[in-house]
Amino acid sequence: MRRIVSVLLENEPGALSRVVGLFSQRGYNIETLNVAPTEDPTLSRLTLTTIGDDKTIEQITKQLNKLVDVVKLVDLTEGSHLERDLMLVKIRTGAEQREEIKRTVDIFRGQIVDVGPEIYIVQLVGTGDKLDSFIAAIGCSEVLEVARSGVAGISRGEKILSA
Amino acid sequence: MEKLSGSEMVVRSLEDEGVEFIFGYPGGAVLHIYDALFKSKKIPHILVRHEQAATHAADGYARATGKPGVVLVTSGPGATNAITGVATAYMDSIPMVVLSGQVATHLIGEDAFQETDMIGVSRPIVKHSFQVRHAEDIPITIKKAFHIASTGRPGPVVIDIPKDLTKPEDLFEYSYPKSVKMRSYSPASRGHLGQIKKASRLLLGAKRPVIYAGGGVILGRSSDLLKELAEYLNFPVTNTLMGLGSFPASSAQFLGMLGMHGFYEANMAMHNSDVILAIGVRFDDRVTNSVDKFCPGAQIIHIDIDPASISKTVTADVPIVGEVRTVLVEILKQLKEETDKNSCSARKGSLDDWWHQIEMWRKENGLWTDRRYPNSDQIMPQQVIECLNRVTGSDAFVTSDVGQHQMFAAQYYRFDKANRWINSGGLGTMGFGLPAAMGVQLAFPNEIVVCVTGEGSIQMNIQELSTCTQYNLPIKIVNLRNNYLGMVRQWQDMQYEGRHAMSTYEDSLPDFTKLVSSYGHVGFEIKELSDLEDIMEEAFSIKDKLVFLDIFVDPAEHVYPMHVAPNGAMNDMWLSKSKRT
Repeated sequence: MRRIVSVLLENEPGALSRVVGLFSQRGYNIETLNVAPTEDPTLSRLTLTTIGDDKTIEQITKQLNKLVDVVKLVDLTEGSHLERDLMLVKIRTGAEQREEIKRTVDIFRGQIVDVGPEIYIVQLVGTGDKLDSFIAAIGCSEVLEVARSGVAGISRGEKILSA
Repeated sequence: MEKLSGSEMVVRSLEDEGVEFIFGYPGGAVLHIYDALFKSKKIPHILVRHEQAATHAADGYARATGKPGVVLVTSGPGATNAITGVATAYMDSIPMVVLSGQVATHLIGEDAFQETDMIGVSRPIVKHSFQVRHAEDIPITIKKAFHIASTGRPGPVVIDIPKDLTKPEDLFEYSYPKSVKMRSYSPASRGHLGQIKKASRLLLGAKRPVIYAGGGVILGRSSDLLKELAEYLNFPVTNTLMGLGSFPASSAQFLGMLGMHGFYEANMAMHNSDVILAIGVRFDDRVTNSVDKFCPGAQIIHIDIDPASISKTVTADVPIVGEVRTVLVEILKQLKEETDKNSCSARKGSLDDWWHQIEMWRKENGLWTDRRYPNSDQIMPQQVIECLNRVTGSDAFVTSDVGQHQMFAAQYYRFDKANRWINSGGLGTMGFGLPAAMGVQLAFPNEIVVCVTGEGSIQMNIQELSTCTQYNLPIKIVNLRNNYLGMVRQWQDMQYEGRHAMSTYEDSLPDFTKLVSSYGHVGFEIKELSDLEDIMEEAFSIKDKLVFLDIFVDPAEHVYPMHVAPNGAMNDMWLSKSKRT
């Protein structure tokens, strides 16, 4: 089962490598990884998605909690939550496809953020599934390059992940 | 406030932390620190002959005393040589602080001379690590390192110190912090009361209980409570390899070690139990055999300070996260309340059938009840350990290396006290025994310290014979010499139709007695069984010298019992070369 784990991490050199190292060391997989500072400059927030059964996820969260740099963590998929992935896609557009691509971008509520003679760069925000379906809709032959942020997530309502 | 240089702060912080010994080896990146150490003269420094030995010696010291061992090595090869010892300590949860030198800050990342990314190399085998960025952070970093290494589930901590931060000319205000608080580090202490109550009821209702106790009892200094609990409940107790000594071997309630080379009665009791009280153990694969077949009828209560150890391999029915000491105190309190309430004085009698069954197992195949090894015209390795046990009155500190000799020592030496059996259980590091014995002997100069080894293992750190000369360490080395890598040979006999691939040294072994005498030590060869006890007595009567006993044992002997692995249950064992359960 796919899980989203959000981690508050000391913003210290080497902290990220401990988290990533833990996954390779113990044979867990990382599907996506996203990390950036928070409103508190001493903390980073790291969100990763991983796939595993309940036992594996339990071990992952326990092992993460053991890392001294990890201040707190939450498995967002245990409750109601929001998840977003940001994607920038470079698409080749001949004159005759431009309209069709523009329509598709609108349907997916994306934005064309850069235009060249034969190039569109599209920005799209959503769940991983939505981004995948956009690429499928455009067709692989037209997609030149994809950059995705990885999932960032937050739980709904009053639940707060803080130090 | 007093002003000190970075290197003086390192030394002073270690002094203020109460460090008794530093095990190390100087080199370019740590020369400022060594100079400060030389000038201060407060903490004795033990110069080893290889950095691996520094970590093992610090580890041995830590296992025997319960205090963190301290290591000081230089950058690059000094640091990488120390790695095996760090991994050894990590696997067995041993408190250790390793200070490694690093090239100067401006050189980091430039592939400078003797540069290694020690933080990166050690990352998977440390509890935590620090690279000091500013000299003024040295005292707080050292304080944090000792705090992390010695609290919660202990483990090694590395502090990497770039050379420029230790320059003698740059001075900083020094004060050593009294305590340290870290928002991201707060090990569990008290167990959950509801779970403790549940556990107590389960224990009182058990018909076929076993206490399965491991290294956590020793690390948590709780052998007194383990004994009290076991006696209160009249439960049988088995120990893991790491837990030997946490429960007295002389007690009638002791079943011996369990696991791959565990006692028949211990493995049988586990397999047939209805309640297992697991304390400070981690259901290691060398204990459980096939997890799917592990103790099918048992409900498991698991006490551990590390939540990640619970339900990692075997699911616990009643998990209790907490310090073993506080949890055992609570359990005892609960048990006494429950028994008072229900006045169940019949409690002890209700285990009669179970004890009767255990006695039957002991009688059939017990390791200590009857001679469990074949007659031979050669000395049997088991006889050597039995003799050692007699000569030292079951009261020596025994370190070991890794292999058959380690298992024989674990099976046949009868440890009555905690912190006396010192071996590399988790990592299985050959070369551990001699340097570990140095650390123990330094901590306990008047106690008998024995290193049980084999000619394979001893040669992995044999250079330390020189360190023993320098510091006058009268260790007794018992070498079970069978001219093979014995455990490798055993597996080759059992699983590779006796093809002894590269497990013998042919005629390349040194004359160990001559070798040790060239270092100023004493060596004896023992080839006849009739000489064994006399020469061993003589060796142990030499109080002021290291004595090396090179004892020629039957090379064909195997360690039994042995789990039928990898798909067997706890009760699937080879009991001899021809007999299986």
